[in-house]
Amino acid sequence: MGYELQVIGVRKVFRPEDGRAPLVALERFDLAIEKGEFVCILGPSGCGKSTLLNIVAGFLVPTEGQVILDGVEVTGSGRDRGVVFQEHALFPWFRVWQNVEFGPKMAGVNPAERARIADRYLDLVGLGAFRAAFPKELSGGMKQRVAIARALANDPKILLMDEPFGSLDAQTRRLMQDELTKIWTATGKTILFVTHSIEESLLLADRVVVMTARPGRIKTVLPAPLTRPRSDVAPDFVALKAELQGLLKDEIEAGGEARPTTGNNPGRQTL
Amino acid sequence: MNPKFWRHALRTASVLVFLLAWQAGSVLNARYQYLNPILFPSPLDMVRAAYDEAVQGILWGDIGASLARVFQGFGIGAVVAIPLGCATGYFRRLEDCVDPIVELFRPIPPLALLPLFIIWLGIGEMSKVLLIAFSTFFPIFLNTTEGVRSIDPIHLRAALSLGANRSQIFTNVIIRSALPSIIVGLRLGFALGFFVLVAAELIAADSGLGYRIQESRNFFLVDRMFVGAAIIGVLGFSFNYALRRLEDLLLRWRTTIVQAQA
Repeated sequence: MGYELQVIGVRKVFRPEDGRAPLVALERFDLAIEKGEFVCILGPSGCGKSTLLNIVAGFLVPTEGQVILDGVEVTGSGRDRGVVFQEHALFPWFRVWQNVEFGPKMAGVNPAERARIADRYLDLVGLGAFRAAFPKELSGGMKQRVAIARALANDPKILLMDEPFGSLDAQTRRLMQDELTKIWTATGKTILFVTHSIEESLLLADRVVVMTARPGRIKTVLPAPLTRPRSDVAPDFVALKAELQGLLKDEIEAGGEARPTTGNNPGRQTL
Repeated sequence: MNPKFWRHALRTASVLVFLLAWQAGSVLNARYQYLNPILFPSPLDMVRAAYDEAVQGILWGDIGASLARVFQGFGIGAVVAIPLGCATGYFRRLEDCVDPIVELFRPIPPLALLPLFIIWLGIGEMSKVLLIAFSTFFPIFLNTTEGVRSIDPIHLRAALSLGANRSQIFTNVIIRSALPSIIVGLRLGFALGFFVLVAAELIAADSGLGYRIQESRNFFLVDRMFVGAAIIGVLGFSFNYALRRLEDLLLRWRTTIVQAQA
């Protein structure tokens, strides 16, 4: 099997402690991603797409089903999966280079080698000049670039990205999408990217996985065989966008009463 | 000149004007005998009295005795409070065990326990040091717990996904994240320790700044009572200032460049 990641029959039910009705976030979710592939998961708010990403990352345990990464079942979080969060999640008490070398440092890599790795990935994301800055001194887009460099520094098998550009302004967001495409081309990483933006999914992905409203299932998987660099005014882009808009419209209407997802807010975390 | 310079200049001038006005008021009072001058010494009288005490050799002994007590007590309090606070903030079960007990003891003013500490431990150093330790414990413990409890879960997730184990998460994430809160606790604890120290020395000691105030009262040396209070004030100010500088140094990541310039 040439798949880097397989999600097999994953189901996730949240049982609130306060006695409210259990919440089915994901239902029979199957997905296989090839090595080096860029896959976007597209769905309305609260459809369980972040929950899926958190299960693949190992932060949540699926109620049923399993996640297999490079032939090995996932049983918890680990350095073979780099995660980029919606909010940058950099450690504010560390300088930029200390954030990027965090993974290698935890793995016991020696300081000289760590510095080399940090420099390499900071150069890759174009922030070599900011290595000594604190995260507070960076703009939102720069912080996310550092977060990407930090995730890549562990040389993970797959990069998991949870709406990483969602809180950026439109122009920065566009720049970051181009930047990410370059990084993906340069590193050849497998990427699983969650978004609720149709344009974003079409600007980035090889395949777009469209999810239904809660409980989240795969509605359809749409290949996006567009040439890169992509343009959001190209006729084939516009045609695909119209198709996705049609698919999502039903789901947004169906999911109108959805409660906010619990996938992002675990409250107190047990390790 | 930059605005910062003028702020410092104004603050310094404010203190100088206050001392000058005091001195002038004392001089006028000494001439017209409006109030008994013995009861209201001037700043220069205090300097003279402090000089006499220094020459006699009691001043440094008092300062040394007081600081030794406060640092020992503060040190013991911090060494117990910080690890216990970390553990309590981290494990909810432990919090449920420790929290009610702490909340029961916390409202008791430490000075209410001073007679008890003296009966248990005698009039020597131990009773004062442990009372200071007891009183510094609470602010340090509570702020540490709060700091650990308010860690952003996303930082824990990030550290986990980057391959950190439990002890690495503790040293690289939990302690770092809680540090601002811990330092606030240390500052509050130190101020409270000083407060308790002086009160304890007034009641039960044979050395120290609080003792000297009490002893000077017995001999009606009002200028020396003023000296004792003034030195306590200067020491408290100095240590608070030092802790703030340390805070600025350790927590540079919290302020942006723009804020630092403002």
